[in-house]
Amino acid sequence: MKSKVLTMREAVSSLVHDGDTVVIEGFTHLICFAAGHEIIRQKRRDLTLCRLTPDLIYDQMIGAGCARKLVFSWAGNPGVGSLHSFRRILEGKTAGKLEIEEYSHFGMVARFSAGAARLPFWPMRNYKGTDLPEANPLIRTVRCPYTGEDLATVPALNPDVTIVHAQRADQDGNTQIWGLLGVQKEAAFASKRVIVVVEELVDEKVVRSDPNRTLIPGFIVDAVVVEPWGAHPSYAQGYYDRDNDFYVAWEDISKDPVKFQTYLDEYVFGVPDRKAYMAKSKGLAERLNAKDKVCQGVNYGF
Amino acid sequence: MASEAAAYTLGEMMACVAARELKDGEVVFVGIGLPNLACNLARATHAPNLVLIYESGAVGAVPERLPVSIGDPALVTGSLMVCGMADVFQSLLQNGKIQVGFLGGAQIDKYGNINTTVVGPYAKPKVRLPGSGGASEIAVHAQRVLIISKLNPRAFPEKVDFITSPGQFSKGKSRKQWGMPGAGPLKVITDKGILEADESGEMVLTALYPGIGVDEVKKGVGWALKVREPLASVEPPGAKELALLREVLDPQKLFLKG
Repeated sequence: MKSKVLTMREAVSSLVHDGDTVVIEGFTHLICFAAGHEIIRQKRRDLTLCRLTPDLIYDQMIGAGCARKLVFSWAGNPGVGSLHSFRRILEGKTAGKLEIEEYSHFGMVARFSAGAARLPFWPMRNYKGTDLPEANPLIRTVRCPYTGEDLATVPALNPDVTIVHAQRADQDGNTQIWGLLGVQKEAAFASKRVIVVVEELVDEKVVRSDPNRTLIPGFIVDAVVVEPWGAHPSYAQGYYDRDNDFYVAWEDISKDPVKFQTYLDEYVFGVPDRKAYMAKSKGLAERLNAKDKVCQGVNYGF
Repeated sequence: MASEAAAYTLGEMMACVAARELKDGEVVFVGIGLPNLACNLARATHAPNLVLIYESGAVGAVPERLPVSIGDPALVTGSLMVCGMADVFQSLLQNGKIQVGFLGGAQIDKYGNINTTVVGPYAKPKVRLPGSGGASEIAVHAQRVLIISKLNPRAFPEKVDFITSPGQFSKGKSRKQWGMPGAGPLKVITDKGILEADESGEMVLTALYPGIGVDEVKKGVGWALKVREPLASVEPPGAKELALLREVLDPQKLFLKG
């Protein structure tokens, strides 16, 4: 079988285009900062960025001018505070423009579920008595043909490209994830193109030894990028811890447009790839390396 | 009063009051900050069988360290189950399996409607807040909701600028009229006392913390707060609760500063 392994530069350059609807998913866990940084380096423009939690990665991409529109459900710095590039634009404190389309977490999850099932919408018992449908006219209602109940609906989300970070995959893109799963699976199945970024490339035999761990089958994957530490400052369960100190430090960096630009110049434009980023971040690996907590495994025999 | 004030902080008091609201064996949707402390305090005291569920997908979590974010890796290690978020919102929350949900917010109104979206108009916000996250659906589906927030008149206006999460009465209708499955916010745990929803859904003062007067609570609320007599007096944190909070649950005072 032909290998799908590409470098991050090759994957972004061939699969992420100006004007695309782009999803880099991962709920706190497995957020692919390496892909976001490469998109910034390649100066992609007019992207529609979708994620439940834009997190620091979309705040960086918004501040770097990659985004035309943000589709989201919670735009904060988890446990810390605000996303200041996002806030500066929406509060009219800078000249930039950013269109927004806002849901709740359940709404975004439902959009990916509809997208993965290639249905036009997904029903849910939500949003009544709130101002969210007025803020976002794409939140609508449908009358259930069985019970007559009015249910809220959200439209399917079918991104042009979804980027999923994972612990491991084989060269065909059969991808295994453990720990928090977020909406990685739904986002990948909803997408027209899929890039998988992994901490480790493994032999197909490793995948086949534990098939229940596979979240994404290789036949829906277009490219596999091997990028150890590619999720930092997010984390990869069993590989490295979340860099909470960086999330705290981001508050100060992102508040000040000068500091924000200095950060981009140094850690994004100033390095060619993730390897160089890690070489620059001395002491990081020692500080965040995961401790072992290995499970027993199961018997797949028959 | 002075000695009591020195004995514990208001944050510690709020965490204890919230913990006491939880019954052993209940299934709780946990938020970061004080709700997380309250749930883990309850688990370490009167409710060892409390099932902690985080919206990130950790079910039956037993966090060894204080999670800074709702997706902390410590929530996974040793938990009973880890599921995707489609399962969290559909099979657990919308299914009605969550008994208690905790919510907070930048603005909370007299019916317990919560705003975490914008201060000012939506199209041109004065302050752009993070938005709903999972709060909107927790407010709809959890069997009961506990709100935790410190009092001040800006945080407790008569009417919120934007209803992110519905309370007892929103946009002209009661929860029953809207057909919402959960009972909604039944209590607001503040830093001075406890408000509870009355028959009309309005939040009224029902209990005071030691050394606090009714006027002090009224000053922190932007509407004419009703008082339900006789007012209960809330027990201060006990020595065991304080020791757990200070030495085990939040030794670095990440969430117990005030």
